[in-house]
Parts: sequence; structure tokens; C-alpha cells
Amino acid sequence: MAVPEHPFATKATALHKQESAIRVFLRAATYFILCCAAFIFLDIFLKGAPVVFQANFPFVNFDFLTKSPETLVVYQDGEGEIQQQSANQFEAMREAHPDGQYDIIGSYSYSAGGVLGPLIGTAFLVMICMTVALSIGVASAIFLSEYSRGGRTIRGIRLAILNLAGVPSIVFGLFGLGFFCYAVPNIVAEPAGRSLFHFQLPFSNSYLSLEGWDACMLAGGCTLALMILPVIITACEESLRAVPMGFREGSLALGATKWQTIRKAVLPYAFPGILTASILGITRVAGETAPIMFTAAVAHKDKLPWQDLESSGLGRLFEFFFQKVQALPYHIYTVAAKIPQSDYNKPMQYGSVFIFMMLVFAFASFSILLRIQFRKKLKW
Amino acid sequence: MLLENPNSSLMETPSLEEDAVHTSPSDSGESAPIIDIEGVDFHYGKSKALSDITLAIPEKQVTAFIGPSGCGKSTLLRCLNRMNDLIEGAQISKGVIRILGTDIYDPTVDPIELRKHVGMVFQKSNPFPKTIYDNVAYGLRVGGLTDKHGLDEIVERSLRSAALWDETKDRLKDNAMGLSGGQQQRLCIARAIAVQPKIILMDEPCSALDPIATMRIEKLISELKSDYTIVIVTHNMQQASRVSDRTALFYLGELVEEGTTEQIFQNPDKKETEDYISGRFG
Ligand SMILES: Nc1ncnc2c1ncn2[C@@H]1O[C@H](COP(=O)(O)OP(=O)(O)OP(=O)(O)O)[C@@H](O)[C@H]1O
Ligand SMILES: [Mg+2]
Repeated sequence: MAVPEHPFATKATALHKQESAIRVFLRAATYFILCCAAFIFLDIFLKGAPVVFQANFPFVNFDFLTKSPETLVVYQDGEGEIQQQSANQFEAMREAHPDGQYDIIGSYSYSAGGVLGPLIGTAFLVMICMTVALSIGVASAIFLSEYSRGGRTIRGIRLAILNLAGVPSIVFGLFGLGFFCYAVPNIVAEPAGRSLFHFQLPFSNSYLSLEGWDACMLAGGCTLALMILPVIITACEESLRAVPMGFREGSLALGATKWQTIRKAVLPYAFPGILTASILGITRVAGETAPIMFTAAVAHKDKLPWQDLESSGLGRLFEFFFQKVQALPYHIYTVAAKIPQSDYNKPMQYGSVFIFMMLVFAFASFSILLRIQFRKKLKW
Repeated sequence: MLLENPNSSLMETPSLEEDAVHTSPSDSGESAPIIDIEGVDFHYGKSKALSDITLAIPEKQVTAFIGPSGCGKSTLLRCLNRMNDLIEGAQISKGVIRILGTDIYDPTVDPIELRKHVGMVFQKSNPFPKTIYDNVAYGLRVGGLTDKHGLDEIVERSLRSAALWDETKDRLKDNAMGLSGGQQQRLCIARAIAVQPKIILMDEPCSALDPIATMRIEKLISELKSDYTIVIVTHNMQQASRVSDRTALFYLGELVEEGTTEQIFQNPDKKETEDYISGRFG
């Protein structure tokens, strides 16, 4: 190659070679991430989408969305064909045609039916979690960024929040077990053996006992809330800080109290940030397994949370919140790791993960759209 | 003064002050001052921003604070409505500031009540991203006024006094962020007027505005002074000479000279004043 005759011509020096090499390396590292993500998403999509969607009308496999997990029975019928049925259907069929011939090849737990139970359970866990996390999180963020005047205590609190964010989720799970399930006050008819302290309530035969709530929806939601709190607090504080100081000064200069200022001239403008952060927070807690593993989740449950409650009135509410639930991430964990693997449980595995990914995707997009919408509306 | 009684609120004094002013409305400095600053030292943490400021500001006049950047004009201004309370470690370490005869740093003084009497307009116009109407009504609403008719009336009156009514009367429900910079600043003035303060503090209200918007605000200030006492910080010598009745020159946290604007600009006592005004330093 002819070297051009001007002073700015590329020189094939060592430096130049290093420059190109580094660029290639940096680019490769970046594209590697993309490849991994693409592989994961494609794999899940290709194997999961056929479980949830179907080629003919109504295009969505509603059974998968409206049934709870069941056992799958694989059998050989009279004509020697291999058939699959959920355990319930199989039993019903056997009763209807008692003289038929069914050679059971195998039964696979959690591999038939759908994911309704886990979906509902996760929805309730997330609702409890966000209610608790937002009320505590927003309040403490307001205190930290609007009321407190940085002293040593406040610095300590901030450090604690920062560290809390780094605690592994399994530790939150164990803490939740020790605290919410075994130690917090509860009102019971008969104190359990593990009760740390109890006394009989006046004018009743119930006891107030420090024995916890046992594993239940409420304990799981609260554990998740603890886990997401640092994220919520940090996001709220950032949103509050992003509100111009001028709004606060303008409001105070008009004779507003501090709380009036926060309520009318700060919070409304921090709200979009808090909302979008919370929605992203939802996608995080919805996917956590470790915190709910000991505190709330069960692998199998026939009933949806509101079905077959025995108590009435206020007790019904208690019974509702004090029951264990199925949860989507725990269900995924169960079908992926706790049951014998075979080709027959693949659809359930991929289908569940696919549903979960779609949910995360939907929430994330919703949050981004909201943010864009708010950006357009609020300009200062 | 009467206000040695710690329970008397700031509300009670205006009528007394007004009587005092009516006896000698026009001659500057002679009437009892509405703001009386006596030997004030001010610290931001350890660093001293004001030292030994003594200054009397008469009622229903425009007083201009001038001086080079960083000399403490804003600091002093913000002392007058206790906005410095928001800054950590900031405090008056010596001296007293009396407004309408009350020591405003007395523990019995509620800064929130004080700020209803001492309004403020900031350098960077800071309307809330609410409607024009809601901006003007803000101070009234936080003060507890909810009656629709009362609000309507005061909003209109305030916008008129701020020379903004004609431009905004058809778009009161529009967002204030859609106004021009000059209109926004006049809206902030209207907002301050709405709560009917005695005193309006203005910190470089025209620094972000073009000459025409500046002219309008200067005109507005001249009109407002028949009802309000105005203290204005400005870097613009012409502006100080155009709008103010009295001028105070600060330098490095000290009050260099103070007097009628005429005297300061034409016949200053101190050499520094003459130098600063003619642009030879600062
Ligand atoms: N929040 C603060 N914390 C610490 N020091 C401050 C703070 N605000 C101002 N100062 C210092 O106090 C001094 C006076 O500041 P001030 O803002 O009152 O000056 P200014 O006369 O208004 O200046 P400018 O004309 O530039 O607005 C300056 O030295 C400044 O650095
Ligand atoms: Mg200033």
C-alpha cells in the first residue's frame, strides 16, 4: 500500500496497533453481553411462547393462565397411543370409562395445569410488599432529605441503608423467618411452644404472644418490603433532590409551613420519580425467591387465596393474610430444581419463565412510558 | 416599642406603624424605620459573611443594596425573612434585626408568620409548575383561605398590581411554566403581593431579564412602593439610581455607606463609594 505524502498520514506504529487492539477488545466485551442476553431471551421465547400462545384461535392457551399447577399423568391408551393428561382430568376420565385400558407410564408433579395460583400469590405478595415499603420508604426519605440536618446519626443511618442494599436476599429470608414468622406479636387462642413471651388479653380468652405469624403472605410481603426498602428510600431521596430548591424557597417565602411546602410544592414533583422507581422495584421483588422461601411460599396449593376461607368478618381478613401462598419465582424454582427432570416438565418450566419475563418486560416498559409521559408534562 | 411583650404577634403592629408614617410620609429616614438592623454579625458556620451592619430601612420606600459579588447583600436580605434558617450552621451571632419593632429572631417569633409579612422575590424566577391562578393563590391557600370568590378577587388584584393581568386574564388555567421569563418574574411578584406583605425583598429580580422586561419590572417597583416597602439587591447601578430612594453599599460583609440614592450617587462621603459607583472597582 502506498503511503500518502502528507503529514497526517496514518503511521503503523506500535501505539496505533495498541489503539486498534483495545478498541476491538472493548467492543467484543460489549457485544458479549448482548449475545448472552439475546441467547437467554431467544431460548426462553422459542420454548416458552408455544406453551402460552397457540397457532389457532384463540391464540392464547388460556388453560395455562387460568389453572393452577397440577400433576401430569402420561399413559398409554387402548390403541397404544401415548397420552398426557392432568391428574384431575385423568381421574375423571377413568371414572367415566372404567373399562378403558390405561397403562400409566409416569406421573410428573407440577407439570400440568397452569400458573394461576403462583401468579395470584405473587401479585398479593407484591401488593403487601409495596404498601409496606412505600409507606415506610417515602416517610423516611422525606425525613432524611427534607427534615434531617446531616449529623453523625444521620450519616450512620445512610450508611446502614447503603449496607442493607448489599445484604444477600437469603439473609433477608432468614431474618424474615426469625422475625416475622417466629418473633413478632400475634394474637392467638393458645400460645405456641416457641412463644418468647405471652399474656392473656383482658376480657377475652386470646393471648398476646410473641410467637410470630408463622410462614404466611403477610410475613413474606414484609420480608420483601425490608429487602426493597433501601432501593425505595434511595430512589425517593433522589426524586426529592431533583425538585429544584427554588420551589421550596418560593413556598416557604410565602409563609407555608415545612409540611405544606413538602406536600404542595415538593412531593407532587417528586411523585413521577417515586412512581417509576416503585414500578421497577415491583419487578425486582416479584422475582425474588430466597426471601419468601421460608416465610410465605408453598409449592402446592389447590385453592386460590380467597377460596374456602372458614372465618367470617375480621377473622376472614386475618385468615386471608395469614395463609401461605404459591409464588411465581418459587414455582419456577420448584419445577426447575425440586422435581425429577424429564421432557414432560419442560413446557411448564419454560412457560412459567416466559410468563415471568413478559411481566417484567411489561412493567419495565410501563415505567419507561410513564417517565416519558411525565417528562413531557412537567418541565422546569 | 410596645412589642416587648413576647406574646404580641406581628399582626398587631401595622396600624401603629401606619400612623407613624402618615405623619411624615415623604421625608426619607425621618419616620420610624420599618426594618431596623442593629450591629448584626452573621456567620455561615465558621466563616463570617456580615460584620457589624447597622441600617435603618424606612417604610414605603425602595432601598437598594449594591456592592460587588460576594459582599453579603443576599445574606443580609435573607436574614430579613429568616430564609437563612434553612441553611445549616448559618446564624446571626451578634446584633438584632427589628421589623415593625419586633426582634425577628426572638424565640417567640414564628418564621412562618414573619414570612407572611416579609415576602420575597428571587433572582431566578421560580413559579411552581402549576397554573397561573394556583401560583398566585398558593400563599393564600396555605394561609387557610379557601373561599373561591375571595381567591378570585385577590388573584385578580395581585395580577393587576403586578401588571400581568392583561396578559394572563384569558389563560389563568395555563401552566405558569409557559410564560416568558419576564412574565414569570412578574408572576412571582404577584404571588408575593397576594399575601399582602408589608415588605417585599427582591434579590436581583431582573438579572435574568432583557432590557424591556427589566423596564417593566422597574416601573412595577415604582408603582408598588406606594403600598409596600421594597428592598432590592441589584448589580445594575442605573437600576439602583432609577428605582431606589435609598441606597446602601456593601463591601466584604461591611456596610460602606448608606443614604438617599441622590446623595450616594452624586455626593458620596466615602472615596470607595465614588469608585464603586463610577465603576473603578468591584
Ligand atoms: N450557603 C452558604 N454557605 C456558606 N457560605 C455562603 C453561603 N451563601 C453565601 N456564602 C458566602 O457568604 C458571602 C456572601 O454571600 P452573598 O450570597 O450574600 O453575596 P452577594 O453579595 O449576594 O453576592 P452576589 O452579588 O454574587 O449575589 C460569600 O463569601 C459567600 O461565599
Ligand atoms: Mg446574591
